[in-house]
Amino acid sequence: MIDLKNLTIKKAHSALISGDYTAVDLASAYLEQIKKTNKDIHAYLEVFSDVIEQAKKADAIIKSGKSGLLTGIPFAIKDNILIKGRIASSASRILENYKATYNATVIEKLKKDGVVFIGRTNMDEFAMGSSTENSAYGTTKNPYDLERVPGGSSGGSAAAVAGNMALVSLGSDTGGSIRQPASYCGIVGLKTTYGAVSRYGVMSMGSSLDQIGPFGKSAEDVEIVFDAIKGQDKMDSTTIEDQKQNIKNQNGKQKFKIGVPRDFLKVGGIDEAIVKNFQESLDKLKKQGHEILDIELPNSKYSLAVYYVVTPAEVSSNLARYDGMRYGKRVSGSTGIEDYFLSRQSGLGREVKRRIILGTYVLSSGYYDAYYNKANIVREIIKDDYRKAFKKVDIIATPTTAGVAFKIGEKIADPLQMYLEDIFTVSINLVGIPAISIPSGFKEVGNKKLPIGIQFIADNSREDNLFTISKSFLGEK
Amino acid sequence: MLGIDDIKKLAKLARITLTQEEESKLPKEVDSILSYVAQLKEVVSSVNEEKQAGELRNVVREDSNPTNTGTNTKDIVANMPDSQDDYLKVKKIL
Repeated sequence: MIDLKNLTIKKAHSALISGDYTAVDLASAYLEQIKKTNKDIHAYLEVFSDVIEQAKKADAIIKSGKSGLLTGIPFAIKDNILIKGRIASSASRILENYKATYNATVIEKLKKDGVVFIGRTNMDEFAMGSSTENSAYGTTKNPYDLERVPGGSSGGSAAAVAGNMALVSLGSDTGGSIRQPASYCGIVGLKTTYGAVSRYGVMSMGSSLDQIGPFGKSAEDVEIVFDAIKGQDKMDSTTIEDQKQNIKNQNGKQKFKIGVPRDFLKVGGIDEAIVKNFQESLDKLKKQGHEILDIELPNSKYSLAVYYVVTPAEVSSNLARYDGMRYGKRVSGSTGIEDYFLSRQSGLGREVKRRIILGTYVLSSGYYDAYYNKANIVREIIKDDYRKAFKKVDIIATPTTAGVAFKIGEKIADPLQMYLEDIFTVSINLVGIPAISIPSGFKEVGNKKLPIGIQFIADNSREDNLFTISKSFLGEK
Repeated sequence: MLGIDDIKKLAKLARITLTQEEESKLPKEVDSILSYVAQLKEVVSSVNEEKQAGELRNVVREDSNPTNTGTNTKDIVANMPDSQDDYLKVKKIL
């Protein structure tokens, strides 16, 4: 029996190399676990039928002595990332039969490394949501409490790792869609620097915000996957050069100045257990030799308002392509234009329609200046806050979420309540900087222990600092 | 306050037919979000408005190495809801 619960990439790699078990054994162990638990958790929309064949290929690479760290490692992939020849639906009806005609750059890179793709994971439709309740294919359940959501939008990818149904996974983060589910599911999730990872082959939601990033059970696993998928890509002109050579003092620093935006933490509606846990986490960091400083991010409180202008605007543009014409589900009407209307009516879910309507409104003439332009100006002001803060500190810490995983159905009726879940995570996407969520404790509710997360934020391209502080906090070597 | 007629107009611009339920619920939902984002009006900006779209830069490359005609045709046609002789089939417009 392979101990999937405590497995890491390095442990699996050394077992594969030394012949303790094969990639086929490893993949079979995950398939066995999926058989047992996926029907309750519903992390996967599809478990691929060729997992064992993929694992056999990985075994051949290992035998030939050419394997890398990721060869044979089982991955789960969010349903909005394209793998050639496989369905990619973004958990939407309109793409229920869409088969990707090319590989996303991140998939191409992982394929070269010989990873094993286990399946595609559930999500909120087109990544719009914080719970997976907006999936057209049913809600994913939190492995810690099946009555609660796993978070979202990358809820399936988080639940797959937390439920031992994949060693690591990929998600996408537009306003917290990796960090919030990582926090709710008690694992590590990284939102990468804007431009650090190619988005070629990921379905666009908010193009000025979207990033792909990894989930894992340890900071080290997340770092390994990040190193494998990052890099400039000629297929995505928003990608940036690897900044490492330009960064000074990148190896030395182990003790950091950590800034805490106290004002921002008073926004209200934060669970007391979260506040208490956050303070304990800061005390722990202090004991580890890090310095804790108060900082100000005076305009951060406007992040959510900016986000809910910018995102719908970009959504309404990006989702115009789903019209049932060239691919996806077409519902036939009496005229060509009616085909558009009917296909989009039956193929798109409520939250998606809501954001398209909202985006159409804020971009319409007469309102453009008041909403979209103003939001972009405030976005610059928020960026400036962070720029100033990073002159004083190396890391900024906040709780990842205002509460623990909520019950299924609890917030779905009130979109604004759902949006408020993202209060600590959205500003990071507006600014473009990287942030990580790592497990920091539990809140006991009834007989259930629900995970709590802490978020570390670093300056542009300083993921290295995030990994160092996370390993320090989690006690990883 | 947005009314049902405003929502209908926006839906038409966005090429979406809404159900009756959506038509009746959306004005209130969209309004509550708009009144939340209205707080942006209170921010006094000292930022150069020229920079509002962020630090944009042009990314250019030579137009070279085109994909050979037909390379992906089969896969792309297979995704089409309706096709004929490797062409996408839609209703006539005129």
